[in-house]
Amino acid sequence: MSGKDEAELSRLLRAAIAGDERAYADFLHRIAALVRGFVRRKIVQGGVDPEDVVQETLLAIHVKRHTWRQDAPVLPWIYAIARFKLIDAFRRRGRRIEIDVDDIAETFAEPETETVSERDINRALGGLPPAQRSVVSAVSVEGCSIGETAAKFGISETAVRVSLHRGLAAIARRFGRE
Amino acid sequence: MRTDDLIKALDADASSKAMPLRSAWWLAAGAAVVVAAIVFLLTIGPRPDFMVAAHTMRFLSKFVFTIVLAISAFALVRALSTPGAATGRAMAGMVAAPLLVAAAVVLELFAVPEADWGTRLVGSNMMICMTFIPLIGIGPLAIFLWMLRYGAPTRPVLAGAVAGLLAGGLAATFYAAHCFDDSPLFVATWYTIAIAALALLGALGGRFFVRW
Repeated sequence: MSGKDEAELSRLLRAAIAGDERAYADFLHRIAALVRGFVRRKIVQGGVDPEDVVQETLLAIHVKRHTWRQDAPVLPWIYAIARFKLIDAFRRRGRRIEIDVDDIAETFAEPETETVSERDINRALGGLPPAQRSVVSAVSVEGCSIGETAAKFGISETAVRVSLHRGLAAIARRFGRE
Repeated sequence: MRTDDLIKALDADASSKAMPLRSAWWLAAGAAVVVAAIVFLLTIGPRPDFMVAAHTMRFLSKFVFTIVLAISAFALVRALSTPGAATGRAMAGMVAAPLLVAAAVVLELFAVPEADWGTRLVGSNMMICMTFIPLIGIGPLAIFLWMLRYGAPTRPVLAGAVAGLLAGGLAATFYAAHCFDDSPLFVATWYTIAIAALALLGALGGRFFVRW
C-alpha cells in the first residue's frame, strides 16, 4: 500500500516539476490528505489549527520542491517537511500565547472582531503587494485560469505567472511570521 | 483561504525552473573555492618555499586534515539541507578528520623531544592563523548559509554549524599553504580554534538567517 503510494506520488511529482499541472493537482490533493491525517494525529491539545499546518506544509513542499532528489523516496521527504512545520507551529503558538496577554484588552473591548476561523494564510496573503495579492486571489479563491486572470487585469500571461510565483514564495516566507 | 483554493494557486505554478539542490551545492562549492582563493592570494598568498615544503610529511599532512574535514562536512551539509535524507553515514564521516589529527599528534609527541613540545605548539603564526582562517572562510560561509536557505534544513542550527566546518576546512586548506608552522601540535590547537569560530558563526547564521 505504502509502496504503491510511494511510487505513484514520486511519478506525479516528477511529472509536475516538468510542468504537468494535472499531475501536480493530483499530487497536492493526495499530499493534503496524508499531511492532514498526520497533523491531526499529532495535535492532541488545542492551540494549533491542523489546517494551518496542512497549508503551510503544502506551501513549503511547493517552494522547496527542488530539494527533492528525483531518485529518492518522496514520502520521507514529505513527512520531514510536515514534521518541521508542525514543530514550527507549536513553537510559534507558545510564543504567541505569551504575547496574547497584551491582546486581552483589545479582545474585551471588541469581542465581535475575534476571528477564530481566520487562517494564517489570509494574514500572509494580506501582507502581499496589491498586484501579487490580486493575482494570487484570482487564481486561488476565484478559481480563474492564468489566461482569465491575465484578461481580467489587462496584463500578459507571463506577468500573471511571475506575480503568482513571487506571491506564493512570499506567502511561504511570511507564513505566521508576524 | 481554503486548502483546495491554495492547491489551485500552487497548481498554476507547477513547473519548476529552480536548479535542483544537489547541482546547486556543487556550484556553491565551486564559487566558495574561487572566493577563498581570491582572498588568500590577495592577502597572504602561499609561502615562498612552497615547492620545497611539499616534500615534507608535516606540510602535506596539514592538507590531508583540512581536505578530509572539508569533504566530510560537504557530504553532511548537503544531506542536512535535504528533508528526510539519511545523515547517519555522513555524520559518522565527521570523525575522520579529528581522528587523523589525533593520530598525527601522538606520532609528533613520539618524534619530538618533550622540551620542544611547547615551541612546536605555540609556533610563530598563531595570531595570523586565527585571523586568516576566519577571514578566508567568511565568504565561503556566507555562500553556504545562502545555500541552506535555498535548501530546506530541518535542523538549521546544526546545518549552519556544519556549513561553518566546511568553510573552515576550505579556508584552512588555503591557509596551510601559507603557514610555516607544520607541526600537528600547532594544527590541532590553532586551526581547531579558528575553525570552531567559523562553526559557531555558522550555527548563529543557521539560527537567525536560515528560515523557511
